[in-house]
Amino acid sequence: MAEHAHIVTSFEQELRSLDTRIAEMGGLAERLVDQSFEALDKRDTKLAEIAIASDRAIDKHERELETQAIAMIGRRQPMALDLRQITTAMKIAGDLERVGDLAKNIAKRALAVSNEHRPKQLMGGIQHMTEIAQRQLKDVLDAFAMRDAAKAEAVWRNDGQIDDLYNSLFRELLTYMMEDPRNIGLCTHLLFAAKNLERIGDHATNIAETTYFLVTGTQLAEDRPKGDTTSSTAIGGK
Amino acid sequence: MGDLLVSTQLNGLAVSAPTVRVKAVDCNVYYGEKQGLKNVSVAVPDRAVMAFIGPSGCGKSTFLRCFNRMNDTIPGCRVSGKITLDGADVYDPQLDVVQLRARIGMVFQKANPFPKSIYDNVAYGPRIHGLAATKTDLDAIVEKSLTKAGLWDEVKDRLKGAGTGLSGGQQQRLCIARAIAVGPEVILMDEPCSALDPIATARIEELIDELRANYTIIIVTHSMQQAARVSQRTAFFHLGSLVEEGETQKIFMAPTDKRTQDYITGRIG
Repeated sequence: MAEHAHIVTSFEQELRSLDTRIAEMGGLAERLVDQSFEALDKRDTKLAEIAIASDRAIDKHERELETQAIAMIGRRQPMALDLRQITTAMKIAGDLERVGDLAKNIAKRALAVSNEHRPKQLMGGIQHMTEIAQRQLKDVLDAFAMRDAAKAEAVWRNDGQIDDLYNSLFRELLTYMMEDPRNIGLCTHLLFAAKNLERIGDHATNIAETTYFLVTGTQLAEDRPKGDTTSSTAIGGK
Repeated sequence: MGDLLVSTQLNGLAVSAPTVRVKAVDCNVYYGEKQGLKNVSVAVPDRAVMAFIGPSGCGKSTFLRCFNRMNDTIPGCRVSGKITLDGADVYDPQLDVVQLRARIGMVFQKANPFPKSIYDNVAYGPRIHGLAATKTDLDAIVEKSLTKAGLWDEVKDRLKGAGTGLSGGQQQRLCIARAIAVGPEVILMDEPCSALDPIATARIEELIDELRANYTIIIVTHSMQQAARVSQRTAFFHLGSLVEEGETQKIFMAPTDKRTQDYITGRIG
């Protein structure tokens, strides 16, 4: 980040504060994903409650960042990199807010399945998805903080991994449900948890696109191959 | 080139590149020993607005004044390079500079109406250039020019009143009407709104948008927002050199050169 400083110091400070806030939101979102999985995995209802409550802090950050960003556009009439910094901060805050919601939803499901048994293999799959989602999130937040377009693009290309895991977990959960209908309740919750993780991965990809645009001023042009094929997977078919 | 044109037309895909109206190649301006403009080349497309931006003393106004040879009047000022209007050399010694300035009109930072009536301000040019055979013709030119400048409705009942009695924004539009009256192809504007309030500025900007249908406009402005609003292409000057020229949207969204970015975002370069 070898950008020169603004002549107007207060503008420089405002732009930096956007970055600081995104970093804080990112940290909160990462921790929330971590807590939600722990709560689901360990059947820890107390941790689930903590996770659910902490989502409010992310929402508050997003609202405040949006208010600040709109005020900056109105008062500073930003151009070029400044304009990109402000608009991309708004977009990224929106993505992080959604990540918070999705993680919170996993925590809620942790409460719902707290008395159910713990199918080891399935939880292993969800753990793997969580780890990848967390890594994607961490990498993209680093890419944003470092203004690293190449790193952002790498995150963007990596999203296929989480999609593949989701597809295979989807099939596993179906098999499990078909084996014994008593599994349906638990598996449905786990399926939603997996879907939420897959969508957290999508938001990381969005942030990667946004970061790429922030740094280069151009959009990542080509379409990333969509990896979630479960919408077209027939249930019980050959 | 000719073949290419034919083939694109045959394909029915004729995406005609905009015609270049005014062109400068390797333009240098010296004030005595001091060089004010260094090797600047630019092509201004027809029926478009090009904005010149850059810090004070960067050479943008100096360059603007090359197009209609306004620098000729400055003692010790020397211009080299080539500037063409529709392919014809503007600095051709055979060229009548008065005629040139009718084809390339100019509007200045401070509105400078003649100390005459509103009517005579607009009629002056057509009279000396012999553009009207009769009083009716002249009346028609005055009305048309004032209408194009968006001023007719405000002054039609007071054409005999003094041009200097109008408001600042109206005076500036009167100067634009005066420039239009002699049928120019190109209009040069040197910070035309810097002395105007936001409403008068908006009127001029709206006018520039309308005039673009018939004229090529080059505008020098210190307002980045104004350059972004009114122009299709923007050229950034720094220390007498052209740093970057391109589509306005590109320049203000993601400029290529760091010096451009530092300037338009107000950074210390």
